[in-house]
Amino acid sequence: MKVDPLTFVDQRVGAARPVRKALDYIFPDHWSFLLGEIALYAFVVLIGTGTFLAFFFEPSSATTTLDGETVSHAYASAIRLSFDVPVGLLMRQTHHWAADVFLVAIVLHLLRVFFTGAFRRPRELTYVSGVLLLGLAMLEGFLGYSLLDDLLSGMGLAIAYGVAMSIPLIGGDVSSLLWGGEFPGGPEFASRLFIAHVFLLPAVMATLIAGHLLTIVRTHHSQFPGPLRTNANVVGLRTWPAYALRSLGLLLATAAILIALGGLIQVNPIWQWGPYEPYYGTNGAQPDWYLGWLIGALRLMPPLEVVIAGKTVIPNPFFGGVLFPTAVFGFLFAWPWLEQRRGATAHHLLDRPRDNPRRTAIGAAVFTFVSIVFLAGSADRLFLSSGVPYETQIWLFRIAVIVAPPLVYVVTRRACRELRDRV
Amino acid sequence: MRRAENAVAALLALASASLVAFVVLLLVDPDTQWLGLTAAAGLALIAAALVLAGKRLVPHEPAVEPRPPLEDPEARDAVQTRLRFPRRKLLLASGGAAGAALTAAVVAPVTALGPAVGDSIVDTPWRRGRRLVDEHGTPLTADDIAEGSFVTAFPDGADKRELGSPVVLVKDDPSRIRRRREWAPEGILAFSKICTHAGCAIALYRKPTYEPTSVPPALACPCHYSVFATREAGKVEAGPAGRPLSQLPIEIGPNRELRAGGGFSGPIGPAWWSARG
Repeated sequence: MKVDPLTFVDQRVGAARPVRKALDYIFPDHWSFLLGEIALYAFVVLIGTGTFLAFFFEPSSATTTLDGETVSHAYASAIRLSFDVPVGLLMRQTHHWAADVFLVAIVLHLLRVFFTGAFRRPRELTYVSGVLLLGLAMLEGFLGYSLLDDLLSGMGLAIAYGVAMSIPLIGGDVSSLLWGGEFPGGPEFASRLFIAHVFLLPAVMATLIAGHLLTIVRTHHSQFPGPLRTNANVVGLRTWPAYALRSLGLLLATAAILIALGGLIQVNPIWQWGPYEPYYGTNGAQPDWYLGWLIGALRLMPPLEVVIAGKTVIPNPFFGGVLFPTAVFGFLFAWPWLEQRRGATAHHLLDRPRDNPRRTAIGAAVFTFVSIVFLAGSADRLFLSSGVPYETQIWLFRIAVIVAPPLVYVVTRRACRELRDRV
Repeated sequence: MRRAENAVAALLALASASLVAFVVLLLVDPDTQWLGLTAAAGLALIAAALVLAGKRLVPHEPAVEPRPPLEDPEARDAVQTRLRFPRRKLLLASGGAAGAALTAAVVAPVTALGPAVGDSIVDTPWRRGRRLVDEHGTPLTADDIAEGSFVTAFPDGADKRELGSPVVLVKDDPSRIRRRREWAPEGILAFSKICTHAGCAIALYRKPTYEPTSVPPALACPCHYSVFATREAGKVEAGPAGRPLSQLPIEIGPNRELRAGGGFSGPIGPAWWSARG
């Protein structure tokens, strides 16, 4: 007796009903809804390329010889997989580009969700899991380029150690715990970085992504107001066939762009940086873009340390490295409840940014604040292109970071009101 | 309709050709640029075929459905009834205590990860009389340090990777050194190479190009640009560092060998709770 696969599975686990539901699921249409999908597909590319790289990479600080130089196994294996393994360099560069694009897509997706009010009831849980994913993605990216033990990763880890040390009271113990001793850390540190980068964080992120998608499916997508669209219905393309074809196309297009970047545009040339020793440093070292706001905060902070009874109660890197990102993420996590503190009803229709001038103005002010700090992280590079002295720039940025956000708030609120009231 | 079908088929055929080229290249001549181009072109062509098929070959009328309600108060009440049990407070409190103790027991092994801080961070290998050597272990003499140069040195026989080891040597006109002149014989100054802000290596030396008009010399960290004045015993001149760069007293021994005249002027390395002792 011939049984087709669907019948076979349906008879055993009852698959037909959920599959029909999935095929009939409705996706409202707007180009900005694709940003989250692009992030998801970049994550898929990261898992694929990362798995390939893990087959060749040796996470070890033990030394070996490479072209007559004494370097770590981590650095030597990263060089070898780049030059000796066919498609090794393509995989490594695609992996690095995918991480950068992953974070671009997440940040743009977050801006879209914030400025259209998509975080409102009943979607707070979706929003919170998304903000958590943003933070984890930054950490995951940092751990990734820290693995290679080149000059840039060593300088980054030195700063991370400095920031961990700066946590009041417990900083010394926390950093000794993480690094297995004083920087640059014990022989076990390379294994810890590796297991965190290839297993712990990806597992947590995959779980959060599943939760993010599950809460979206439960609430259904939100939609912009328009013909036929009300707060009580959902209007758009069904999964099968039109939306599935388009979304699969987007997956392949994302992969195509990432592979083209990885094949054609050099990124993180570790052979030019060279291996790392704690006594090596270079100017012109910039982190990957998504950590620029943290290096900017560390650079902008005036030389202030709180000292009480001979103890450095608040060491300087704490302000830029811990307090600043905690405040920004705290704002992001708290915003749905700050905005809805007078009670909330279910919102399935999105705002245009002008529809809520106060929210848009606050969002624009915070975004301006973070962007100026981000720019300050490149002041040494801006000096080379603009010629404005570094210290002058730091003072200009310090003034701008205080003056610009309130100005942006006032101007944005005014602009939104006028746009909204114009018929 | 026919034209769209032909276009989709043509895109898929081109994609196949591009991906076959990728496989052949991989086996014959794995050049990163060509591999990237052929793989990307193959995927992009399939993507174009899928998007075109989704737009032209299948119906894409917008569908409208009412949103199903999320909450179910009846089910909620039923759940809450089922969860009720007698002496709830007592059982919840003792259960919570057991849970907290279990969490502590599960988390406690984390402390096995690292050693206690102890003196490991504060301690450095520098002692009075310790010779200064370069990266390859060759002893340095006073003649190796030219005015305006920047030399990295280590304590003879010590672990170079330890944060307390590396120092930078710069040479200045002794009469221009304003503080701790006796620590710098012949104008040879030594400072810890590890920045007191976040622990990067001090890799930049700003030396005066023309003494009468230039700013005085300083060491700078390339990570966050903390700038330390070498003539003022490592005082913070600019940037975020909260305490001066620690200085190492230098002595010139027999055969003009450079030696430490003692330990550092203060704790070295990034700022932390006990950074000031």
